[in-house]
Amino acid sequence: MPTFLLEIGTEEIPDWMIEAALQHLKRGFETAFGAFGGEALMLDATPRRLVLLIEDLLEQAPDVQTVVPGPYLSTGAKAAEGFARKWSTSIDQLDKITDAKGERYIFHQLTKGQLLSDALSEKLPAIIAEGVHFPKTMYWTGKNGVRFIRPLRWIVALLDDRVVPFQVGELQSGNTTRGHRILGSQQPLEVTIENYTETLRKNFVMVRAEERRQRIEQSLGPDVRKDQDLLQTLVYLTEFPSNIRGSFDPSYLELPEEILITVMRHHQRYFSVVNEDGSLAPAFVAVTNTQGDPESLIRHGNERVLRARFNDARFFWKLDQQKKLSDRVQDLAKVTFQAKLGSYKDKTDRVVKLALELAAQTGANQETVRKAATLCKCDLTTDMVKEFTELQGVVGGLYARVQGEGDAVATAIYDHYKPTSMDDDIPRTLEGQVVSIADKLDTLGECFRIGMVPTGSKDPFALRRAAQGIVKILFEARLPVEILKLAEDVPDLPAFLRERVEYYLRDVLGYAYDEVNAVLAVPATTLADVADRVEAIHYVRPTEDFEPVAASFKRIKNILKQAQVEHCPEPDAKLLSPGPEEALYRAFNGVREAVNHNQSYREKLAFMASLRPQVDTFFDKILVNDPNSVIRQNRLALLYSLLAEFSTIADFSEIVTQGASV
Amino acid sequence: MDSFQDTIFKLKRYWADRRVIIQEPYDLEVGAGTMAPETFLRVLGPKPYRVAYVQPSRRPADGRYGENPNRLYKHQQLQVILKPTPDDVLEQYLGSLEAIGIDLRKHDIKFEEDNWEAPTLGAWGIGWQVMLDGLEITQFTYFQQCGGMDLELVPAEITYGLERIVAFLQNVDSVYDIEWAPGFKYADVRLADEEQFSVYNFELADIDTLWKEFDLHERECQRLLELFRAAKPKDRFPVLPAYDRALKCSHIFNLLDARGAISVTERVGIIARVRKLAVGVAQAWVEQQQQQGEPSRDREGAVSTEVLA
Repeated sequence: MPTFLLEIGTEEIPDWMIEAALQHLKRGFETAFGAFGGEALMLDATPRRLVLLIEDLLEQAPDVQTVVPGPYLSTGAKAAEGFARKWSTSIDQLDKITDAKGERYIFHQLTKGQLLSDALSEKLPAIIAEGVHFPKTMYWTGKNGVRFIRPLRWIVALLDDRVVPFQVGELQSGNTTRGHRILGSQQPLEVTIENYTETLRKNFVMVRAEERRQRIEQSLGPDVRKDQDLLQTLVYLTEFPSNIRGSFDPSYLELPEEILITVMRHHQRYFSVVNEDGSLAPAFVAVTNTQGDPESLIRHGNERVLRARFNDARFFWKLDQQKKLSDRVQDLAKVTFQAKLGSYKDKTDRVVKLALELAAQTGANQETVRKAATLCKCDLTTDMVKEFTELQGVVGGLYARVQGEGDAVATAIYDHYKPTSMDDDIPRTLEGQVVSIADKLDTLGECFRIGMVPTGSKDPFALRRAAQGIVKILFEARLPVEILKLAEDVPDLPAFLRERVEYYLRDVLGYAYDEVNAVLAVPATTLADVADRVEAIHYVRPTEDFEPVAASFKRIKNILKQAQVEHCPEPDAKLLSPGPEEALYRAFNGVREAVNHNQSYREKLAFMASLRPQVDTFFDKILVNDPNSVIRQNRLALLYSLLAEFSTIADFSEIVTQGASV
Repeated sequence: MDSFQDTIFKLKRYWADRRVIIQEPYDLEVGAGTMAPETFLRVLGPKPYRVAYVQPSRRPADGRYGENPNRLYKHQQLQVILKPTPDDVLEQYLGSLEAIGIDLRKHDIKFEEDNWEAPTLGAWGIGWQVMLDGLEITQFTYFQQCGGMDLELVPAEITYGLERIVAFLQNVDSVYDIEWAPGFKYADVRLADEEQFSVYNFELADIDTLWKEFDLHERECQRLLELFRAAKPKDRFPVLPAYDRALKCSHIFNLLDARGAISVTERVGIIARVRKLAVGVAQAWVEQQQQQGEPSRDREGAVSTEVLA
């Protein structure tokens, strides 16, 4: 069975786009050629090529038979003859079927399966040019020319030993590839499916990402700081990776590690090296796209670049100390927060106010919060942050410490952008948490106020991340803050935050959607309380009696709704009939007594579940809708107090129960 | 070892040998080689063009009083425009590195994503920063839009950071230690500019004067653009002088910015004003080029009238 090799040759594709592009390519191929079966043997890439190798394809797609409905017999011979002629056959060759309107002619149309080679030629141009999605594309042959992430330079398309001919834009497919830009042959290389990988290997291209990854990893050394993201980047920045190890003058270690590591990692893509005690060593590992560095020229070059970068950092550090953070507050008036929202000075003023409110609610140190909130954005005016923007906050924290603002203030500033992702830690101190929430909440509130609301994949201000950060802090730190109340005067913001809370409970903490819905259907207090309630439901749920009681609560809710009961006094014990009704009342009173002495939601729910026998019997034996309206009202009152007692925990009617009918 | 000027000579020779016009720098203050009309205007329209020039580029806010070994108020870019882009443009570019003495087989070259955008020019492109042993030596861009318009032919723009490349070749840590010509260091030639312009740009430039200049240049540019609309024929209309005024505004904006004279609320507005001028000039240029490309009735009419007279 045929094997097909496709190599899309391009100029250097941004590393972070490559894996997604491969998935699009595979999906595009499978969608277009699903009828031919096949098994992907290779889906791989280097910066200059996307490669797909599929074996066990069908030579030809299976024939497809379709039924074409024709005229009814009742419409006469003329119509039938016309139909037969259209399909180049005769009436006596046509089949007949009977449907609701009578007997009619049909024709069995046979569509021959397309040849694989034809299908490939026909559909591949569109799969390549339109099927492979990139976040940003370009044209290079002129206006209205074909678009891709970077210019396409060659295409290998081989079906066994034959070229599948097609064109993408002006580029013709063929059987020639290219080697490593510098180390490989400078001429196009003819390849076959069999010698493809080997030919590239001889021309210094490791086409398999995994092989490059291993080659880099193997020579990193045990003292290199693990960094999977950086490794991934380097795998897709190289075709033939070789590591080199360089060093820098230990005197630079006087600069904070955060700054040194940022320079190495973000700006130079170096791995950093640590001593046995975990402290930073004056060394680095760079991954080159070469065969090695026998003359140490590359090492020397990289060391010099790093020295210049570190010198800059040292220069910025000294320069920045000439003006303390506390003297930079007014300068924030010149730093734009957002065109429509004014400066960072305006933002700072709002954040201070908000942070102090939060401090009052949480018991955070007011003076620390005030200082940290006032100074937290001042590092935006420093040369260090202008150069290393990813160090905002961190630099402020470091400067605050050396400028004698105190550890508490420094730590709060240092941490106030945290958490920057769901994997990141929340700020370490209460004051840091308060400033972080205030900063994010202000951004959310202001953006929502001017209608800059995230839609679909568009979220330029990373508002989802900000909201998620607030939620994570409130949950993990269990702060006594009613988050939805804080946002209630901003249109749409409470709903947006609620979504983030749901996401956190479901996707981060892993609760079932109905458990989350049940808990959130009750007016939210603090997120710590929400977390406790959902945890309790999740814990009690597998017990035998919980779901049936939840189902009964749903029934109670419906009954009360039908009876239009919105508020009820306590039931009158004297009006209760002996038997199931009284039994339920007694049991309920017992539980109510116990619950009042107990604070744990788990136990409350266990008590609630324990009412199952009485609830079941009640519904079995008692007709709520008694003809006597006094009795009826009293029964509704009993159900109402039962529901009211537990409905502060969750709306149990949201719980999806199995097999329980209502 | 090649001096600074030797390296420039070699790069110019290399591109001249590939049918590229060697131009001299534009004689107004610009922030980048892209802003010189040889790039900004020539990339527009359907006419092929190939040009290279060294452009001293002034960025007032980047000045460091000559104290930082790698930052300059004014640095030199060698700008190459190849319109349309040849298929082997990257190979040609790598060849230029060999031509100035970089043995690529002994060094590490990487093309790392770096897209370029100039909001004040309504221009952007897709490309890379070219890294040589961890040092960014070139910005490579496939222009996509300029003056807010999609480009008909896609030019490749190659911008060599000359100070960095030569510091690398000469193995010095400070740009000021680069040997410019035998016996002369970069500091001998340029240090005074760095010191004096840093003082002026950050401390002494008169803000009121700058604002007045900005307004005057803007008004003159707008006046010309308005006249252009009504002008007939347009083929000799001074679009280029209008662009000079836009460049002046751009530079004055940078000065005001370095001087800390532009408030947050003003900033967006000023950028929009400069952009409006640049886009206006670009559109006028395209229109003018179109008329020159076609046989112009007006012009023929004018000629025949002359003959008759």
